[in-house]
Amino acid sequence: MADTLNIPRFVGRWAVNAASHVGRVGYLVLDLFRGLGDWRVWFPRTMTEAWNIGVGSLFIVLLISGFAGAVTSLQARYQFTGTIPIYYLAGVIVESIVLELGPVLTGLILAGRIGARYAAELGTMRVTEQIDALESLGRSPSSHLLIPRVIAGLVMIPALTVLADVMGIASGWFSMTLVLPITNEDFSYGARIFWRDQDAYFSVIKSFFFAWSITVISCYMGFTTQQGAEGVGRSTTGAVVSSSVMILLLDVILTKLLLNQ
Amino acid sequence: MIVLHGVRKAFGTQVVLDHVDFEVREGETVALLGPSGTGKSVLLKHIIGLIRPDAGTVIVDDRDVSRLKRRELSELRSRIGYVFQNGALFDSMNVFQNVRLGITDEDKYRDVEYCRERVRECLRLVNLLPEVGEKYPAELSGGMRKRVGIARAIAGSPKYLLYDEPTSGLDPVNADVIDGLVKRLDNELGVTSVMVTHDVRGAFRVADRLALLTGGKIVQQGTQEEFRASHNPQVKEFLERDFPDATFAA
Repeated sequence: MADTLNIPRFVGRWAVNAASHVGRVGYLVLDLFRGLGDWRVWFPRTMTEAWNIGVGSLFIVLLISGFAGAVTSLQARYQFTGTIPIYYLAGVIVESIVLELGPVLTGLILAGRIGARYAAELGTMRVTEQIDALESLGRSPSSHLLIPRVIAGLVMIPALTVLADVMGIASGWFSMTLVLPITNEDFSYGARIFWRDQDAYFSVIKSFFFAWSITVISCYMGFTTQQGAEGVGRSTTGAVVSSSVMILLLDVILTKLLLNQ
Repeated sequence: MIVLHGVRKAFGTQVVLDHVDFEVREGETVALLGPSGTGKSVLLKHIIGLIRPDAGTVIVDDRDVSRLKRRELSELRSRIGYVFQNGALFDSMNVFQNVRLGITDEDKYRDVEYCRERVRECLRLVNLLPEVGEKYPAELSGGMRKRVGIARAIAGSPKYLLYDEPTSGLDPVNADVIDGLVKRLDNELGVTSVMVTHDVRGAFRVADRLALLTGGKIVQQGTQEEFRASHNPQVKEFLERDFPDATFAA
């Protein structure tokens, strides 16, 4: 109790702890780049990981982005009907899905799904000495475990985001035609009014950064797991929470930088 | 030859190894005895460079392990087989793939025919049938997992074998089987071995020399006869647990 009340000491410990995490993540990233030359080891494993996280996450990503598109459409109708021409709503839906909802929702879903999976897998391997065993055999945990997961995430998460964008727009379009007197031509016209080609790139760029943070944070959490099953649970929760917070933080920063607002 | 000189290791405020001196000569089998939680496994992990000492040196084949670069450490590890306490088999791989991963020569590792033969040979050495290669670790008993762990450790034809509690958690019959296996492998393969254990009977069956680690220090090193003749009360107390009827030095 006395310790927690000692604010300077608490802040000092927190700062040292945070600096230590940053340093160790730095080492992990350095290890990742060092291991890239070992492509004969990481490439086949990357294919397996990409298949696991890509195909495994497809249904939930499409489901949630589909509902998000429909809800956006219904809310846009509720808020703007009677104030602006109906076809403008198509632009609002498309832009909000491509610039925000698609990448952020996909990122948050995958932070839960992939982040938890990576942290739990690697954490279990750590506490059962499988990672030590790999090192004892003179093999690099980076090439065998880290690089395949990170690269699979960097490829599959942006790909899933593009599919989420398409699904969100399609469902928004469909639900709008159900609740509003709007033709497909009007929707298409409205969508193009606000559309700039770089918006699609912004969506992919955001998802690429989200993928980096999800994979690196969750792998770091897994690699540094301690203290048995409880530690695995702690790492898994920590990976999901930290990745989600990082996604929200990056979202603000990237929106500011990319949209120059 | 393995030489630890003045090795100190602490985790937080807990000093686990306190200026430990320990030596293993070429071709011999040394059993490192001690109660649970005294740092025996920590000492073993220093030898293969999985843990670095806070102070002191760990010399393997005239090279200081803690000063080796990544590639040099990897090369050193290819000459050391490490048998983990619970096998540490890779869950996602079957037995064949697990043992194959122990083949540390990259050219041989890529030769599928060589690997098939080598894995079969290693499984035979640990008294397992080739069909076991198709099974996954979750399908194996505790004793079989230990034997697969040993097969993986010997697959790379190592010069040194480090066993971390190879008989812990096994019934006496299976423990005897593993002890016999360790002895036979030492003779057949001519390796230098260090076996961490708290099983005194097993250690006396297998080892040429013994060392007792307690309180972070090696309190006794020597042959079986020297151990039996020791006046050290910690040695006597430790041996009497397993040899209650034996007569030790007064």
